[in-house]
Amino acid sequence: MARAVTTRRKALNTLIAWSIGLLIFFPILWTILTSFKTEAQAINDPPLFLFFDWTLENYAVVQERSDYMRFLWNSVIIAGGSTVIGILIAVPAAWSMAFVPSKRTKDILLWMLSTKMLPAVGVLYPIYLLFIELGLLDTRVGLTIVLMLINLPIIVWMLYTYFKEIPGEILEAARMDGAALKEEILYILTPMAVPGIASTLLLNIILAWNEAFWTLNLTAAKAAPLTAFIASYSSPEGLFYAKLSAASTMAIAPILILGWFSQKQLVRGLTFGAVK
Amino acid sequence: MATQHSRSAARIMMAPAVVLLLGWMLIPLTMTLYFSFKKYLPLRGGDLGWVGFDNYVRFVSSSAFWPSVQTTLIIVGGVLLITVILGVLLAILLDQPLWGQGIVRILVIAPFFVMPTVSALVWKNMFMDPVNGLFAHLWKFFGAQPVEWLSDAPLFSIIMIVSWQWLPFATLILLTAIQSLDSEQLEASEMDGAPPLSRFGYIILPHLSRAITIVVLIQTIFLLAVFAEIFVTTQGSFGTRTLTYLIFQRVLESQNVGLGSAGGVYAIILANIVAIFLMRIVGKNLDS
Repeated sequence: MARAVTTRRKALNTLIAWSIGLLIFFPILWTILTSFKTEAQAINDPPLFLFFDWTLENYAVVQERSDYMRFLWNSVIIAGGSTVIGILIAVPAAWSMAFVPSKRTKDILLWMLSTKMLPAVGVLYPIYLLFIELGLLDTRVGLTIVLMLINLPIIVWMLYTYFKEIPGEILEAARMDGAALKEEILYILTPMAVPGIASTLLLNIILAWNEAFWTLNLTAAKAAPLTAFIASYSSPEGLFYAKLSAASTMAIAPILILGWFSQKQLVRGLTFGAVK
Repeated sequence: MATQHSRSAARIMMAPAVVLLLGWMLIPLTMTLYFSFKKYLPLRGGDLGWVGFDNYVRFVSSSAFWPSVQTTLIIVGGVLLITVILGVLLAILLDQPLWGQGIVRILVIAPFFVMPTVSALVWKNMFMDPVNGLFAHLWKFFGAQPVEWLSDAPLFSIIMIVSWQWLPFATLILLTAIQSLDSEQLEASEMDGAPPLSRFGYIILPHLSRAITIVVLIQTIFLLAVFAEIFVTTQGSFGTRTLTYLIFQRVLESQNVGLGSAGGVYAIILANIVAIFLMRIVGKNLDS
C-alpha cells in the first residue's frame, strides 16, 4: 500500500504513531527500568526514569529467595510439553481433514472449536476432583495434559488452515509417480508443512506460557509455573517494587521475544482462520 | 480402492484428537451436570443427596448473582468498547505511511504477550497504588488528590488493565483486515473529493465490519472468563465479582460444589450463546 503522501504528512503520522506506541509500551518499559533500581529508588518521589544507579541486585535476590529457576523450568516443561504433544496429536488429524475431506470434516472442525468455547470455570470442580483422584494435583504432568487439551482445537485449526494451502495436485502427482503414503508425507508434505507447524508451535507456546486459570487453580508449591509465581507477589511484605519488576521482566522476556516473531500467526491462530 | 483405503486411514489419523476432545468435553460436563442437581459439600458432609433444580434456583436468587451479572456485563462491554474503538483508530493510523512502522507495531502489540498476572500486578502496584504509583505522582504533580484506584474506581481500573491487554489483539486483527482493503478504491474516492470522514464511514468501516464482528465475538468469549486479573488485584471485592469469579468462589473457596456447578452450567449456556454466532461466521468462511 504505497500511497503517495507529502513528507510533512508522513512526519506527522510518524510522530503520532510513535507517541501512541510508546505510551502503550510504557508499562512494560517502566517495569524493565524499575527492575534495575534499588527498592528505595523504585518508590522515589519524584519517579526516577533513567538517572539512577543501575543494579542487577534484584535479579540475584529474586533467584536466591524464591528459586526462580524452578518456576521457569516448570513453565518451560508445561508450555513446551503441552504444545509438542498437542502438535503430535493434531498433525495427523489436520492432515487428514485437509487432504481427505469428507462430508463431516466441517462439522468436526466446528465441533472442535466449540470445545474451546467451554468456559473453564464451568468444569473447574470436575477437573479438580479428577486431579485429586488421579494424583495429578500440583504436578507438571497434570497441567501439561490440561493445557494440551485446551489448546488442541487451536492447534488443529491452525494446522488445518496451513495444510489447506498446500496444493493437492502436488500430492496427486506424487501418487501417480508411485509414491506411497509414507513417502508422500515424508518427502513432499513435510517440507511444505514445516513453516506452518513452526508458526503453530510458536503461538501455542505463548498461549500456554501465559495461561492463568488452570495454572493458578491446579498447582501449589511443586508444579507452579511463572504465572503462579508472579501471583504470589499479590500479598507482599515490605518494599517489593524492584523485585516484582525483576521477576516480571524475567517472566515475560522470553515470550515477548517469541511473540514478536509470531505477529502474523497470532491473527490466523486466534481467529481460527477467519481473518488472514 | 485407494480412496477407500485413504478414507479409513484418515479416520484413524483423526481418532486421537477427536477422542481426546470428546473426553475432555463430555466427562467434566457430565460431572458438572451431575453435581448441579445435588447438595454436595465436600468439607461439610459430602454428598447430601439429590435436590432437583434447587441449586439452579438458589444460584439465581442469591444476592450475589445479579450484581455479578452486572459486573460481568460492565467489564465485557467496557473492554469491548474501548478496544474496538481505539483498535480501529490505531489500525488506520498504523496503515498510514510512516517511518519505523514495524517498530511501532511491535510496541503496540507487546502487551498481548505479557502474562495476565504480571500485567495486573504491575498496573496495581506501580501505576494505581495511591502512594507510590505513577498515577499518584502524576496527580500530585498537577496538585490533585491521588485516587485509590482499586477501591474507589475498581471496575474502571480492571477495565483499563484488561483493555491494555486486549487492545493489541483488536488492533492487529483490524490492521490485517485494513491491509486487505483495495487501495484503488480509496484512491478513487479521494480523487472524487470524498472527505476523510465519509471515506471512513462508507468504505473503511463497512470493509471492517466482518473483522470487527470477529474481534467482538472472540474477545467476548475470553473476557467472560477473565480471572487472573481479578484474582491478584481485588479478589472479587469492591464490586468486581464477575460471574466467573463468583462460581470460582462457590466451588473452591466455600466448597459448595452443587451450587457452583449450577452456576457453571449457566456460564456454559452463556458462552454457548456467543459461540453460536462466532461459529456461524467461521463456518461460512470454511465454505468459501
